[in-house]
Amino acid sequence: MAEVADDTRAQGAAADRREENGLLQTLTSRLVIIIPYVWLLVFFLAPFIIVFKISVSQPTIAMPPYTPTLDPAEGIGGLIEAFGQFSFENYVWLTQDALYINAYLSSVVIAAVSTLLALLVGYPIAYGMARAPASVRPLLLMLVILPFWTSFLIRVYAWIGILKPEGLLNQFLFSLGVIDTPLIILNTNTAIFIGIVYSYLPFMVLPLYATLEKMDFSLIEAAQDLGCTPSGAFWKITVPLSLPGVVAGSMLVFIPAVGEFVIPDLLGGSRTLMIGKTLWNEFFSNRDWPVSSAVAVILLLILVVPIMFFQRAQARAQEEGR
Amino acid sequence: MNASWSRFNIASIVLGFAFLYLPIVLLVIYSFNESRLVTVWAGFSTRWYSQLLQNQGLMDAAWVTARVAFISASVATVLGTLAAIALTRHTRFRGRVLFTGMVFAPLVMPEVITGLSLLLLFVAIGFERGFMTVTLAHITFSMCFVAVVVQSRLLTFDRSLEEAAMDLGAPPVKTFFQVTLPVIAPAVVSGWMLAFTLSLDDLVIASFTSGPGATTLPMKIYSQVRLGVTPEINAICTILIGVVAVGVIAASLVNKRREVQRLRDEQAAQRG
Repeated sequence: MAEVADDTRAQGAAADRREENGLLQTLTSRLVIIIPYVWLLVFFLAPFIIVFKISVSQPTIAMPPYTPTLDPAEGIGGLIEAFGQFSFENYVWLTQDALYINAYLSSVVIAAVSTLLALLVGYPIAYGMARAPASVRPLLLMLVILPFWTSFLIRVYAWIGILKPEGLLNQFLFSLGVIDTPLIILNTNTAIFIGIVYSYLPFMVLPLYATLEKMDFSLIEAAQDLGCTPSGAFWKITVPLSLPGVVAGSMLVFIPAVGEFVIPDLLGGSRTLMIGKTLWNEFFSNRDWPVSSAVAVILLLILVVPIMFFQRAQARAQEEGR
Repeated sequence: MNASWSRFNIASIVLGFAFLYLPIVLLVIYSFNESRLVTVWAGFSTRWYSQLLQNQGLMDAAWVTARVAFISASVATVLGTLAAIALTRHTRFRGRVLFTGMVFAPLVMPEVITGLSLLLLFVAIGFERGFMTVTLAHITFSMCFVAVVVQSRLLTFDRSLEEAAMDLGAPPVKTFFQVTLPVIAPAVVSGWMLAFTLSLDDLVIASFTSGPGATTLPMKIYSQVRLGVTPEINAICTILIGVVAVGVIAASLVNKRREVQRLRDEQAAQRG
Protein backbone atom coordinates (compact mmCIF):
# COMPACT_ATOMS: atom_id res chain seq x y z
CA MET A 1 0.00 0.00 0.00
CA ALA A 2 2.74 2.36 0.99
CA GLU A 3 4.30 1.80 -2.39
CA VAL A 4 1.12 2.79 -4.17
CA ALA A 5 0.79 5.89 -2.02
CA ASP A 6 4.39 6.79 -2.81
CA ASP A 7 3.66 6.29 -6.44
CA THR A 8 0.65 8.58 -6.42
CA ARG A 9 2.57 11.16 -4.48
CA ALA A 10 5.39 10.96 -6.98
CA GLN A 11 2.92 11.24 -9.81
CA GLY A 12 1.30 14.21 -8.15
CA ALA A 13 4.68 15.90 -7.70
CA ALA A 14 5.54 15.22 -11.34
CA ALA A 15 2.23 16.70 -12.42
CA ASP A 16 2.87 19.75 -10.25
CA ARG A 17 6.29 20.13 -11.76
CA ARG A 18 4.85 19.76 -15.23
CA GLU A 19 2.25 22.39 -14.51
CA GLU A 20 4.91 24.69 -13.13
CA ASN A 21 6.97 24.02 -16.23
CA GLY A 22 3.98 24.73 -18.41
CA LEU A 23 3.38 28.05 -16.71
CA LEU A 24 7.04 28.98 -16.88
CA GLN A 25 7.14 27.81 -20.45
CA THR A 26 4.26 30.01 -21.59
CA LEU A 27 5.73 32.91 -19.64
CA THR A 28 9.20 32.58 -21.17
CA SER A 29 7.84 31.94 -24.64
CA ARG A 30 5.68 35.06 -24.25
CA LEU A 31 8.68 37.09 -23.14
CA VAL A 32 10.66 35.94 -26.18
CA ILE A 33 8.02 37.63 -28.31
CA ILE A 34 7.08 40.53 -26.06
CA ILE A 35 10.53 42.02 -25.38
CA PRO A 36 11.61 42.58 -29.01
CA TYR A 37 8.01 43.39 -29.97
CA VAL A 38 7.66 46.20 -27.44
CA TRP A 39 11.13 47.52 -28.29
CA LEU A 40 10.24 47.78 -31.98
CA LEU A 41 6.84 49.32 -31.21
CA VAL A 42 8.48 52.02 -29.10
CA PHE A 43 11.56 52.72 -31.19
CA PHE A 44 10.39 51.90 -34.70
CA LEU A 45 6.62 52.29 -35.05
CA ALA A 46 5.93 55.08 -32.55
CA PRO A 47 8.55 57.37 -34.15
CA PHE A 48 6.71 57.11 -37.48
CA ILE A 49 3.46 58.19 -35.86
CA ILE A 50 5.29 61.15 -34.34
CA VAL A 51 6.80 62.02 -37.73
CA PHE A 52 3.32 62.06 -39.22
CA LYS A 53 1.98 64.17 -36.38
CA ILE A 54 4.74 66.75 -36.74
CA SER A 55 4.29 66.84 -40.50
CA VAL A 56 0.81 68.29 -39.93
CA SER A 57 2.06 70.81 -37.36
CA GLN A 58 3.22 74.39 -37.82
CA PRO A 59 6.83 75.47 -37.53
CA THR A 60 7.56 77.96 -34.75
CA ILE A 61 10.65 79.48 -33.22
CA ALA A 62 10.86 77.48 -30.02
CA MET A 63 12.21 74.19 -28.76
CA PRO A 64 10.85 71.86 -30.07
CA PRO A 65 10.31 74.06 -33.14
CA TYR A 66 6.75 73.04 -33.99
CA THR A 67 3.23 73.63 -32.66
CA PRO A 68 1.00 72.16 -31.27
CA THR A 69 3.25 70.02 -29.07
CA LEU A 70 0.55 67.68 -27.63
CA ASP A 71 1.11 68.00 -23.91
CA PRO A 72 -0.71 65.15 -22.11
CA ALA A 73 -0.88 67.34 -19.01
CA GLU A 74 -3.45 69.53 -20.74
CA GLY A 75 -5.90 66.64 -20.77
CA ILE A 76 -8.47 65.66 -23.38
CA GLY A 77 -9.57 69.27 -23.98
CA GLY A 78 -6.01 70.26 -24.83
CA LEU A 79 -5.67 67.29 -27.17
CA ILE A 80 -8.84 68.14 -29.07
CA GLU A 81 -7.74 71.74 -29.39
CA ALA A 82 -4.36 70.54 -30.68
CA PHE A 83 -6.03 68.33 -33.29
CA GLY A 84 -7.98 71.34 -34.45
CA GLN A 85 -4.69 73.08 -35.21
CA PHE A 86 -3.45 70.29 -37.50
CA SER A 87 -3.14 71.27 -41.10
CA PHE A 88 -1.82 69.82 -44.32
CA GLU A 89 -0.19 73.10 -45.25
CA ASN A 90 3.27 71.49 -45.30
CA TYR A 91 2.11 68.98 -47.90
CA VAL A 92 0.53 71.71 -50.02
CA TRP A 93 3.83 73.54 -49.76
CA LEU A 94 5.70 70.46 -51.03
CA THR A 95 3.48 70.15 -54.10
CA GLN A 96 3.75 73.84 -54.94
CA ASP A 97 7.52 74.08 -54.85
CA ALA A 98 9.10 72.51 -57.92
CA LEU A 99 12.26 71.87 -55.89
CA TYR A 100 10.65 69.04 -53.92
CA ILE A 101 8.87 67.42 -56.86
CA ASN A 102 12.07 67.47 -58.88
CA ALA A 103 14.01 66.05 -55.95
CA TYR A 104 11.58 63.13 -55.62
CA LEU A 105 11.58 62.45 -59.36
CA SER A 106 15.33 62.62 -59.77
CA SER A 107 15.87 60.43 -56.69
CA VAL A 108 13.67 57.71 -58.16
CA VAL A 109 15.30 58.00 -61.59
CA ILE A 110 18.86 57.99 -60.21
CA ALA A 111 18.05 55.01 -57.97
CA ALA A 112 16.43 53.11 -60.85
CA VAL A 113 19.35 53.71 -63.25
CA SER A 114 21.85 52.74 -60.53
CA THR A 115 19.90 49.57 -59.77
CA LEU A 116 19.96 48.60 -63.44
CA LEU A 117 23.70 49.28 -63.63
CA ALA A 118 24.29 47.29 -60.45
CA LEU A 119 22.36 44.39 -61.98
CA LEU A 120 24.45 44.54 -65.16
CA VAL A 121 27.69 44.63 -63.15
CA GLY A 122 26.56 42.17 -60.48
CA TYR A 123 25.05 39.43 -62.64
CA PRO A 124 28.27 38.31 -64.36
CA ILE A 125 30.05 38.32 -60.99
CA ALA A 126 27.34 36.23 -59.31
CA TYR A 127 27.20 33.89 -62.31
CA GLY A 128 30.96 33.42 -62.34
CA MET A 129 30.89 32.68 -58.62
CA ALA A 130 28.11 30.13 -58.98
CA ARG A 131 30.06 28.32 -61.69
CA ALA A 132 33.34 28.40 -59.80
CA PRO A 133 34.68 25.13 -58.38
CA ALA A 134 32.92 24.39 -55.10
CA SER A 135 36.21 24.62 -53.21
CA VAL A 136 36.83 28.30 -54.03
CA ARG A 137 33.22 29.43 -53.63
CA PRO A 138 33.40 30.17 -49.87
CA LEU A 139 36.48 32.32 -50.47
CA LEU A 140 34.76 34.24 -53.29
CA LEU A 141 31.68 34.69 -51.13
CA MET A 142 33.78 36.10 -48.32
CA LEU A 143 35.53 38.46 -50.74
CA VAL A 144 32.15 39.85 -51.82
CA ILE A 145 30.97 40.30 -48.24
CA LEU A 146 34.19 41.84 -46.90
CA PRO A 147 33.76 45.33 -48.46
CA PHE A 148 30.29 45.44 -46.94
CA TRP A 149 31.94 45.35 -43.52
CA THR A 150 34.07 48.40 -44.25
CA SER A 151 32.51 51.75 -43.60
CA PHE A 152 30.12 53.10 -46.18
CA LEU A 153 31.49 56.60 -45.61
CA ILE A 154 35.06 55.42 -46.21
CA ARG A 155 34.15 53.61 -49.41
CA VAL A 156 32.40 56.68 -50.79
CA TYR A 157 35.25 58.90 -49.67
CA ALA A 158 37.76 56.68 -51.49
CA TRP A 159 36.13 57.61 -54.80
CA ILE A 160 36.68 61.35 -54.30
CA GLY A 161 40.44 60.91 -54.63
CA ILE A 162 39.96 58.77 -57.74
CA LEU A 163 37.39 60.86 -59.60
CA LYS A 164 38.72 64.37 -58.88
CA PRO A 165 39.85 66.36 -61.96
CA GLU A 166 43.48 65.95 -60.76
CA GLY A 167 42.66 62.54 -59.26
CA LEU A 168 44.06 59.09 -59.86
CA LEU A 169 41.76 58.11 -62.73
CA ASN A 170 42.66 61.20 -64.75
CA GLN A 171 46.37 60.75 -63.96
CA PHE A 172 46.15 57.17 -65.17
CA LEU A 173 44.33 58.07 -68.39
CA PHE A 174 46.81 60.92 -69.01
CA SER A 175 49.77 58.60 -68.66
CA LEU A 176 48.18 56.22 -71.16
CA GLY A 177 47.62 59.14 -73.50
CA VAL A 178 43.91 58.38 -73.80
CA ILE A 179 42.85 61.91 -72.85
CA ASP A 180 44.49 65.34 -72.93
CA THR A 181 41.94 67.25 -70.88
CA PRO A 182 40.83 65.87 -67.53
CA LEU A 183 37.45 64.16 -67.41
CA ILE A 184 35.01 65.94 -65.13
CA ILE A 185 33.30 63.13 -63.22
CA LEU A 186 33.24 64.25 -59.60
CA ASN A 187 30.17 66.34 -58.72
CA THR A 188 28.13 64.95 -61.62
CA ASN A 189 25.40 62.33 -61.78
CA THR A 190 27.94 59.86 -63.22
CA ALA A 191 29.82 60.00 -59.92
CA ILE A 192 26.57 59.28 -58.07
CA PHE A 193 25.91 56.24 -60.29
CA ILE A 194 29.42 54.95 -59.65
CA GLY A 195 29.04 55.58 -55.93
CA ILE A 196 25.71 53.77 -55.61
CA VAL A 197 26.74 50.79 -57.78
CA TYR A 198 29.99 50.47 -55.85
CA SER A 199 28.46 50.78 -52.38
CA TYR A 200 25.48 48.51 -52.95
CA LEU A 201 27.07 45.89 -55.24
CA PRO A 202 27.32 43.21 -52.50
CA PHE A 203 23.56 43.60 -51.89
CA MET A 204 22.97 42.79 -55.55
CA VAL A 205 25.51 39.97 -55.89
CA LEU A 206 24.54 38.01 -52.75
CA PRO A 207 20.86 37.27 -53.56
CA LEU A 208 21.76 36.61 -57.21
CA TYR A 209 24.47 34.18 -56.16
CA ALA A 210 22.09 32.47 -53.71
CA THR A 211 19.61 31.66 -56.51
CA LEU A 212 22.22 30.86 -59.17
CA GLU A 213 24.12 28.53 -56.87
CA LYS A 214 21.02 26.38 -56.34
CA MET A 215 20.43 26.17 -60.09
CA ASP A 216 20.94 22.86 -61.83
CA PHE A 217 23.37 23.71 -64.62
CA SER A 218 22.78 20.39 -66.37
CA LEU A 219 19.54 21.99 -67.59
CA ILE A 220 21.66 24.26 -69.77
CA GLU A 221 23.64 21.35 -71.17
CA ALA A 222 20.37 19.56 -71.91
CA ALA A 223 19.01 22.60 -73.73
CA GLN A 224 22.20 22.93 -75.76
CA ASP A 225 22.18 19.24 -76.60
CA LEU A 226 18.68 19.76 -77.92
CA GLY A 227 19.97 22.48 -80.23
CA CYS A 228 19.44 25.62 -78.17
CA THR A 229 22.07 28.34 -78.65
CA PRO A 230 24.06 29.35 -75.53
CA SER A 231 22.42 32.78 -75.43
CA GLY A 232 19.00 31.22 -75.98
CA ALA A 233 19.60 28.82 -73.09
CA PHE A 234 20.72 31.75 -70.94
CA TRP A 235 17.59 33.81 -71.59
CA LYS A 236 15.17 30.88 -71.50
CA ILE A 237 16.57 29.01 -68.49
CA THR A 238 19.11 30.90 -66.40
CA VAL A 239 17.33 34.25 -66.32
CA PRO A 240 13.86 32.95 -65.37
CA LEU A 241 15.33 30.68 -62.70
CA SER A 242 17.34 33.50 -61.17
CA LEU A 243 14.40 35.92 -61.18
CA PRO A 244 13.80 35.76 -57.38
CA GLY A 245 17.43 36.80 -56.88
CA VAL A 246 17.07 39.60 -59.42
CA VAL A 247 13.99 40.94 -57.62
CA ALA A 248 15.51 40.68 -54.12
CA GLY A 249 18.81 42.24 -55.21
CA SER A 250 17.09 45.08 -57.07
CA MET A 251 14.90 45.92 -54.07
CA LEU A 252 17.89 45.86 -51.73
CA VAL A 253 19.66 48.38 -53.97
CA PHE A 254 16.74 50.51 -55.09
CA ILE A 255 14.99 51.22 -51.76
CA PRO A 256 17.94 52.58 -49.78
CA ALA A 257 19.32 54.33 -52.88
CA VAL A 258 16.19 56.50 -53.24
CA GLY A 259 16.75 58.03 -49.81
CA GLU A 260 20.55 58.05 -50.06
CA PHE A 261 22.28 61.03 -48.45
CA VAL A 262 26.04 60.44 -48.20
CA ILE A 263 26.65 59.59 -51.88
CA PRO A 264 24.86 62.59 -53.47
CA ASP A 265 26.31 64.86 -50.81
CA LEU A 266 29.94 63.82 -51.28
CA LEU A 267 30.05 62.77 -54.94
CA GLY A 268 27.17 64.71 -56.50
CA GLY A 269 27.20 68.31 -57.59
CA SER A 270 25.41 71.24 -56.03
CA ARG A 271 22.75 70.99 -58.74
CA THR A 272 22.02 67.31 -58.13
CA LEU A 273 18.74 67.01 -56.31
CA MET A 274 18.09 63.95 -54.22
CA ILE A 275 15.42 63.78 -51.60
CA GLY A 276 17.64 62.44 -48.81
CA LYS A 277 19.87 65.47 -49.21
CA THR A 278 16.85 67.80 -49.36
CA LEU A 279 15.48 66.33 -46.13
CA TRP A 280 18.88 66.70 -44.46
CA ASN A 281 19.22 70.34 -45.49
CA GLU A 282 15.65 71.13 -44.51
CA PHE A 283 16.34 69.70 -41.09
CA PHE A 284 19.91 70.78 -40.31
CA SER A 285 20.17 74.05 -42.28
CA ASN A 286 16.63 75.44 -42.36
CA ARG A 287 15.65 73.85 -39.03
CA ASP A 288 12.15 73.36 -40.43
CA TRP A 289 11.06 70.18 -38.65
CA PRO A 290 7.46 70.07 -39.94
CA VAL A 291 8.53 70.33 -43.60
CA SER A 292 11.30 67.74 -43.20
CA SER A 293 8.74 65.42 -41.56
CA ALA A 294 6.37 65.93 -44.49
CA VAL A 295 9.27 65.16 -46.88
CA ALA A 296 9.92 61.95 -44.92
CA VAL A 297 6.24 60.90 -44.98
CA ILE A 298 6.01 61.31 -48.78
CA LEU A 299 9.32 59.47 -49.26
CA LEU A 300 7.94 56.64 -47.16
CA LEU A 301 4.74 56.55 -49.23
CA ILE A 302 6.83 56.26 -52.42
CA LEU A 303 8.78 53.38 -50.90
CA VAL A 304 5.86 51.53 -49.31
CA VAL A 305 5.13 49.48 -52.43
CA PRO A 306 8.72 48.30 -53.02
CA ILE A 307 9.21 47.67 -49.27
CA MET A 308 6.10 45.48 -49.09
CA PHE A 309 7.26 43.71 -52.23
CA PHE A 310 10.58 43.03 -50.53
CA GLN A 311 8.92 41.79 -47.33
CA ARG A 312 6.62 39.48 -49.26
CA ALA A 313 9.67 37.97 -50.99
CA GLN A 314 11.45 37.60 -47.62
CA ALA A 315 8.45 35.89 -46.05
CA ARG A 316 8.20 33.50 -49.00
CA ALA A 317 11.88 32.63 -48.78
CA GLN A 318 11.39 31.98 -45.08
CA GLU A 319 8.45 29.64 -45.76
CA GLU A 320 10.52 27.73 -48.29
CA GLY A 321 13.40 27.46 -45.86
CA ARG A 322 11.16 25.83 -43.28
CA MET B 1 32.50 21.34 -63.57
CA ASN B 2 35.89 22.97 -63.95
CA ALA B 3 35.54 23.11 -67.70
CA SER B 4 32.34 25.10 -67.36
CA TRP B 5 34.17 27.79 -65.43
CA SER B 6 34.90 29.61 -68.64
CA ARG B 7 37.35 32.38 -69.33
CA PHE B 8 34.41 34.79 -69.38
CA ASN B 9 33.39 33.78 -65.85
CA ILE B 10 36.91 34.19 -64.53
CA ALA B 11 37.29 37.55 -66.24
CA SER B 12 34.05 38.89 -64.79
CA ILE B 13 35.04 37.80 -61.30
CA VAL B 14 38.51 39.32 -61.59
CA LEU B 15 37.14 42.61 -62.96
CA GLY B 16 34.36 42.66 -60.37
CA PHE B 17 36.72 42.16 -57.48
CA ALA B 18 39.14 44.73 -58.89
CA PHE B 19 36.26 47.21 -58.94
CA LEU B 20 35.35 46.31 -55.34
CA TYR B 21 38.86 46.44 -53.92
CA LEU B 22 40.89 48.93 -55.97
CA PRO B 23 39.43 52.09 -54.38
CA ILE B 24 40.06 50.74 -50.87
CA VAL B 25 43.60 49.61 -51.77
CA LEU B 26 44.41 53.02 -53.27
CA LEU B 27 43.09 54.76 -50.17
CA VAL B 28 45.31 52.61 -47.95
CA ILE B 29 48.38 53.16 -50.15
CA TYR B 30 47.97 56.93 -50.20
CA SER B 31 47.62 57.06 -46.42
CA PHE B 32 51.37 56.30 -46.37
CA ASN B 33 52.14 59.16 -48.73
CA GLU B 34 54.72 61.70 -47.59
CA SER B 35 53.08 64.58 -49.47
CA ARG B 36 50.11 66.56 -48.20
CA LEU B 37 48.78 66.51 -51.77
CA VAL B 38 46.88 63.28 -51.55
CA THR B 39 47.07 62.25 -55.18
CA VAL B 40 50.76 62.95 -55.79
CA TRP B 41 53.08 60.22 -54.52
CA ALA B 42 56.14 61.61 -52.71
CA GLY B 43 57.55 58.63 -50.87
CA PHE B 44 56.64 56.39 -47.95
CA SER B 45 55.88 57.93 -44.58
CA THR B 46 53.90 57.20 -41.44
CA ARG B 47 53.77 60.82 -40.29
CA TRP B 48 49.99 61.08 -40.75
CA TYR B 49 49.50 58.23 -38.32
CA SER B 50 51.58 59.88 -35.62
CA GLN B 51 49.69 63.12 -36.19
CA LEU B 52 46.43 61.28 -35.60
CA LEU B 53 47.45 60.33 -32.09
CA GLN B 54 47.88 64.00 -31.22
CA ASN B 55 44.43 64.93 -32.53
CA GLN B 56 42.46 64.97 -29.27
CA GLY B 57 39.07 65.58 -30.92
CA LEU B 58 39.51 62.54 -33.13
CA MET B 59 40.65 60.37 -30.22
CA ASP B 60 37.62 61.43 -28.13
CA ALA B 61 35.30 60.63 -31.03
CA ALA B 62 36.94 57.22 -31.47
CA TRP B 63 36.38 56.43 -27.79
CA VAL B 64 32.71 57.49 -27.95
CA THR B 65 32.23 55.37 -31.08
CA ALA B 66 33.84 52.31 -29.53
CA ARG B 67 31.62 52.50 -26.44
CA VAL B 68 28.43 53.11 -28.44
CA ALA B 69 29.28 50.21 -30.76
CA PHE B 70 30.08 47.81 -27.93
CA ILE B 71 26.96 48.53 -25.87
CA SER B 72 24.57 48.73 -28.81
CA ALA B 73 25.92 45.55 -30.42
CA SER B 74 25.58 43.60 -27.17
CA VAL B 75 22.00 44.70 -26.47
CA ALA B 76 21.05 44.33 -30.14
CA THR B 77 22.38 40.77 -30.15
CA VAL B 78 20.14 39.78 -27.24
CA LEU B 79 17.07 41.50 -28.69
CA GLY B 80 17.78 40.28 -32.23
CA THR B 81 18.24 36.69 -31.09
CA LEU B 82 14.95 36.85 -29.18
CA ALA B 83 13.25 38.27 -32.28
CA ALA B 84 14.73 35.49 -34.42
CA ILE B 85 13.42 32.84 -32.02
CA ALA B 86 10.01 34.51 -31.99
CA LEU B 87 9.95 34.47 -35.80
CA THR B 88 11.05 30.87 -36.26
CA ARG B 89 9.64 29.07 -33.20
CA HIS B 90 6.34 30.86 -32.78
CA THR B 91 4.53 30.67 -36.06
CA ARG B 92 1.23 31.89 -34.63
CA PHE B 93 0.71 34.80 -32.30
CA ARG B 94 -1.35 37.94 -32.39
CA GLY B 95 0.28 40.67 -34.46
CA ARG B 96 2.84 38.39 -36.11
CA VAL B 97 2.47 40.14 -39.47
CA LEU B 98 3.21 43.51 -37.88
CA PHE B 99 6.15 42.00 -36.00
CA THR B 100 7.66 40.47 -39.16
CA GLY B 101 7.20 43.80 -40.90
CA MET B 102 8.96 45.68 -38.12
CA VAL B 103 11.90 43.27 -38.21
CA PHE B 104 12.45 43.44 -41.98
CA ALA B 105 11.55 47.08 -42.70
CA PRO B 106 14.55 48.67 -40.95
CA LEU B 107 16.87 46.65 -43.21
CA VAL B 108 15.88 48.73 -46.23
CA MET B 109 14.56 51.88 -44.56
CA PRO B 110 16.43 54.96 -45.81
CA GLU B 111 18.66 56.12 -43.01
CA VAL B 112 17.43 59.72 -43.15
CA ILE B 113 13.92 58.53 -42.24
CA THR B 114 15.08 56.28 -39.39
CA GLY B 115 17.30 59.06 -38.04
CA LEU B 116 14.68 61.79 -38.28
CA SER B 117 11.90 59.67 -36.75
CA LEU B 118 14.04 58.54 -33.81
CA LEU B 119 15.16 62.09 -33.13
CA LEU B 120 11.56 63.30 -33.11
CA LEU B 121 10.68 60.50 -30.68
CA PHE B 122 13.48 61.50 -28.31
CA VAL B 123 12.41 65.14 -28.46
CA ALA B 124 8.74 64.24 -27.92
CA ILE B 125 9.48 62.22 -24.77
CA GLY B 126 11.96 64.82 -23.55
CA PHE B 127 15.09 62.67 -23.76
CA GLU B 128 18.27 64.71 -23.81
CA ARG B 129 20.26 63.98 -26.96
CA GLY B 130 23.66 62.43 -26.44
CA PHE B 131 25.45 59.15 -25.85
CA MET B 132 22.28 57.40 -24.66
CA THR B 133 20.12 58.37 -27.63
CA VAL B 134 22.71 57.30 -30.23
CA THR B 135 23.05 53.96 -28.47
CA LEU B 136 19.28 53.39 -28.39
CA ALA B 137 19.03 54.29 -32.09
CA HIS B 138 21.85 51.91 -33.01
CA ILE B 139 20.32 49.07 -30.99
CA THR B 140 17.06 49.52 -32.85
CA PHE B 141 18.33 49.22 -36.40
CA SER B 142 21.11 46.72 -35.78
CA MET B 143 18.91 44.27 -33.82
CA CYS B 144 17.02 43.66 -37.06
CA PHE B 145 20.22 42.67 -38.86
CA VAL B 146 21.08 40.32 -35.97
CA ALA B 147 17.57 38.86 -36.18
CA VAL B 148 17.97 38.06 -39.89
CA VAL B 149 21.40 36.45 -39.41
CA VAL B 150 20.31 34.30 -36.44
CA GLN B 151 16.97 33.45 -38.04
CA SER B 152 18.64 31.97 -41.11
CA ARG B 153 20.66 29.69 -38.83
CA LEU B 154 17.60 28.69 -36.78
CA LEU B 155 15.73 27.74 -39.96
CA THR B 156 18.33 25.10 -40.85
CA PHE B 157 18.52 23.89 -37.24
CA ASP B 158 17.47 20.32 -36.51
CA ARG B 159 14.56 20.86 -34.14
CA SER B 160 14.43 17.23 -33.05
CA LEU B 161 17.45 17.99 -30.82
CA GLU B 162 15.41 20.54 -28.90
CA GLU B 163 12.43 18.22 -28.76
CA ALA B 164 14.60 15.39 -27.44
CA ALA B 165 15.94 17.62 -24.66
CA MET B 166 12.44 18.71 -23.69
CA ASP B 167 11.15 15.12 -23.76
CA LEU B 168 13.93 14.24 -21.35
CA GLY B 169 12.54 16.88 -19.03
CA ALA B 170 14.74 19.88 -19.70
CA PRO B 171 12.83 23.11 -19.20
CA PRO B 172 12.73 25.42 -22.26
CA VAL B 173 15.19 27.93 -20.82
CA LYS B 174 17.69 25.18 -20.05
CA THR B 175 17.10 23.62 -23.46
CA PHE B 176 17.86 26.96 -25.06
CA PHE B 177 21.12 27.51 -23.20
CA GLN B 178 22.37 23.91 -23.41
CA VAL B 179 21.14 22.76 -26.81
CA THR B 180 20.06 25.64 -29.04
CA LEU B 181 22.58 28.33 -28.14
CA PRO B 182 25.72 26.22 -28.67
CA VAL B 183 24.51 25.30 -32.16
CA ILE B 184 23.53 28.81 -33.23
CA ALA B 185 26.51 30.43 -31.44
CA PRO B 186 28.46 31.18 -34.66
CA ALA B 187 25.44 33.02 -36.08
CA VAL B 188 24.99 34.93 -32.82
CA VAL B 189 28.67 35.92 -32.87
CA SER B 190 28.53 37.09 -36.47
CA GLY B 191 25.32 38.94 -35.63
CA TRP B 192 27.16 40.75 -32.85
CA MET B 193 30.04 41.59 -35.18
CA LEU B 194 27.65 42.86 -37.83
CA ALA B 195 25.86 45.04 -35.26
CA PHE B 196 29.21 46.33 -34.01
CA THR B 197 30.42 47.37 -37.46
CA LEU B 198 27.04 48.85 -38.41
CA SER B 199 27.27 51.05 -35.34
CA LEU B 200 30.93 51.84 -36.02
CA ASP B 201 30.11 52.95 -39.58
CA ASP B 202 26.88 54.83 -39.12
CA LEU B 203 26.92 58.51 -40.00
CA VAL B 204 23.36 59.51 -40.83
CA ILE B 205 21.43 58.08 -37.87
CA ALA B 206 24.13 59.23 -35.44
CA SER B 207 24.04 62.76 -36.86
CA PHE B 208 20.32 62.99 -36.20
CA THR B 209 20.23 61.39 -32.77
CA SER B 210 23.51 62.56 -31.26
CA GLY B 211 23.93 65.61 -29.12
CA PRO B 212 26.74 67.77 -27.79
CA GLY B 213 29.58 65.77 -26.32
CA ALA B 214 28.70 62.58 -28.18
CA THR B 215 30.30 63.17 -31.60
CA THR B 216 31.09 59.83 -33.18
CA LEU B 217 34.04 59.06 -35.43
CA PRO B 218 32.04 58.96 -38.69
CA MET B 219 30.55 62.37 -37.83
CA LYS B 220 34.06 63.71 -37.24
CA ILE B 221 35.35 62.14 -40.47
CA TYR B 222 32.39 63.48 -42.42
CA SER B 223 32.90 67.06 -41.23
CA GLN B 224 36.54 66.84 -42.38
CA VAL B 225 35.77 65.07 -45.66
CA ARG B 226 33.48 67.93 -46.64
CA LEU B 227 36.55 70.18 -46.57
CA GLY B 228 38.45 67.90 -48.95
CA VAL B 229 40.64 64.80 -49.11
CA THR B 230 43.49 64.88 -46.59
CA PRO B 231 46.11 62.27 -45.69
CA GLU B 232 44.97 62.26 -42.06
CA ILE B 233 41.53 61.03 -43.10
CA ASN B 234 43.16 58.38 -45.28
CA ALA B 235 45.15 57.26 -42.24
CA ILE B 236 42.15 57.05 -39.89
CA CYS B 237 40.15 55.22 -42.59
CA THR B 238 43.01 52.76 -43.03
CA ILE B 239 43.04 52.03 -39.31
CA LEU B 240 39.26 51.45 -39.32
CA ILE B 241 39.50 49.17 -42.35
CA GLY B 242 42.33 47.26 -40.68
CA VAL B 243 40.42 46.74 -37.43
CA VAL B 244 37.33 45.45 -39.24
CA ALA B 245 39.25 43.27 -41.69
CA VAL B 246 41.29 41.60 -38.93
CA GLY B 247 38.13 40.99 -36.89
CA VAL B 248 36.17 39.50 -39.77
CA ILE B 249 38.98 37.30 -41.06
CA ALA B 250 39.84 36.05 -37.56
CA ALA B 251 36.21 35.22 -36.86
CA SER B 252 35.79 33.31 -40.10
CA LEU B 253 39.00 31.34 -39.47
CA VAL B 254 37.77 30.39 -35.99
CA ASN B 255 34.41 29.39 -37.46
CA LYS B 256 36.11 27.30 -40.11
CA ARG B 257 38.30 25.51 -37.58
CA ARG B 258 35.24 24.72 -35.45
CA GLU B 259 33.45 23.42 -38.52
CA VAL B 260 36.36 21.14 -39.41
CA GLN B 261 36.54 19.95 -35.79
CA ARG B 262 32.82 19.21 -35.80
CA LEU B 263 33.07 17.19 -39.03
CA ARG B 264 35.99 15.23 -37.59
CA ASP B 265 34.03 14.53 -34.39
CA GLU B 266 31.07 13.35 -36.40
CA GLN B 267 33.21 11.02 -38.49
CA ALA B 268 34.86 9.68 -35.35
CA ALA B 269 31.46 9.10 -33.78
CA GLN B 270 30.27 7.21 -36.86
CA ARG B 271 33.36 5.04 -36.92
CA GLY B 272 33.31 4.58 -33.11
